Amino acid sequence: MSAIQYIKDIFGAVKSLLIGMKQTGYYFTHHKEIITQNYPEEKPKLAERFRGEVVMTHDEKNEHKCTGCTACELACPNGTIKIVTKFEQTPEGKKKKAIDKFVYHLELCTMCNLCVAACPTDAIKMDQAFEHSVFDRSQLTKVLNKPGSKVMEGVE
Amino acid sequence: MLEEVSVIDQGDMIINIGPQHPSTHGVLQLVVTLNGETIKKVEPHLGYIHRSIEKMCESLSYRQFIYVTSRMDYLSSHINNHGCALCVEKGLQIELPERAKVIRVLMDELTRIASHELWWGAMAMDLGAFTPFFLAFRERETITDIMEDTCGARLTMNYIVPGGVMADLHPDFQRKVKAFIKLFREKADQYNELVTGNIIFQSRMKNVGILSKEDAISYGCTGPTARGSGVNCDIRKLYPYEIYDKLKFDEILETGCDSFSRYLVRVKEMYQSISIIEQLIDNIPEGDFQAKTKAVLKLPKGEFYTRVETARGELGVYIVSEGGTTPYRIKFRSPGFSNLSALNHMAKGGKIGDLVAMMGTLDLVIPDIDR
Repeated sequence: MSAIQYIKDIFGAVKSLLIGMKQTGYYFTHHKEIITQNYPEEKPKLAERFRGEVVMTHDEKNEHKCTGCTACELACPNGTIKIVTKFEQTPEGKKKKAIDKFVYHLELCTMCNLCVAACPTDAIKMDQAFEHSVFDRSQLTKVLNKPGSKVMEGVE
Repeated sequence: MLEEVSVIDQGDMIINIGPQHPSTHGVLQLVVTLNGETIKKVEPHLGYIHRSIEKMCESLSYRQFIYVTSRMDYLSSHINNHGCALCVEKGLQIELPERAKVIRVLMDELTRIASHELWWGAMAMDLGAFTPFFLAFRERETITDIMEDTCGARLTMNYIVPGGVMADLHPDFQRKVKAFIKLFREKADQYNELVTGNIIFQSRMKNVGILSKEDAISYGCTGPTARGSGVNCDIRKLYPYEIYDKLKFDEILETGCDSFSRYLVRVKEMYQSISIIEQLIDNIPEGDFQAKTKAVLKLPKGEFYTRVETARGELGVYIVSEGGTTPYRIKFRSPGFSNLSALNHMAKGGKIGDLVAMMGTLDLVIPDIDR
């Protein structure tokens, strides 16, 4: 390697480093662009389709749309959902199948959305809640249908 | 190709890198035999996060097993799901709506950019530069936001189902993707100024970790690792799936065979992915996003194999069906495993200080290797 090439290489190297330092200098002087969120103080704005947990929608009359067809239970890959059914007496005296408990194990759930996609009556949906930490594991097993709730009329 | 087993001489030193080491990007243990600073042998030890995903998939139905594959190569989880869905569709002979195909390709390319960006940041951090890591994550955040809007999750999306995609695109999708393309074009030049042209970076990458074309083929390397050695192996070009045969993009080939070539391939691939997205984003056809499928999927008796190009290389999905609702056997040919096998060959004769740089250019995701 000739001496001229050697000196050329040194200047080339210094130039490349200075070009890189230009970026560093830019961010040093333009530090107003804040991209972080102050999470615990500010609640993050989540996307409307964000999958946080499975919930069952109830209307103001405390009625849901779940018929207890167990399509979600079969669609779930992890055994997250267990549906306990019972037989209800209709006013005409017939026996009708209805859900007793919609048990949802949050600790097993991977938020894959397959149960919501499988539901024929749109009874369940994904909710945005994401702060799921609890002190006891048993609190993660939830019953999704509210006490005293019943199936909406006309939903088969 | 069989390697001669090196006998440990007197004065040789055996060093464990990992399993808990920041540079291995996961729980990978490398047993390195050193003579002074020179590497004599690198022996990767696997299995620290083996979760038997293949076996798990065999007990799940054809709709359910796809979500598990997001956990293999979590940085290109979308493309993993895509490969599995393609295999099931091949067995069931489902014809997809045009809109579903375009959405899938768009999401695949966004995932590829996100994965390459994260790799770029981690690669620079392996060589001691810390700023690029934050810059890469900042830009990747834009993509994860787009994913979150449409798919509902940021990393393990589970958006692709047999027969199409799970939900329609978010109304904001096109606007956000266009904003991202604009942002990316601005920032990518900054990236190149900051890292690619840097003399320290170049001297540490050039002529390091040589993997010749013949060796890349014989070790079964795919993806950017092999394309950095001039091997023609882009599945999107060789065995086009979905609509890739109608798109205009180049297969990036570099013939330097060293770490820097592999770096350049990935950086240039990001531009190609951007060009694919630009071609599609204004031409998303109207129509259904999902084909009509039966409630319970049953593949006919037989064997099915499909392959897709993930951000790391070729992912092969092989399903053996006995006609039931669950697969009899599933095998994934993951790109990371084959790429890692070339590490010993690349590192032999090199210096210990360059080992991390070589490993970085392989773009390893450890769950993809162990599965």
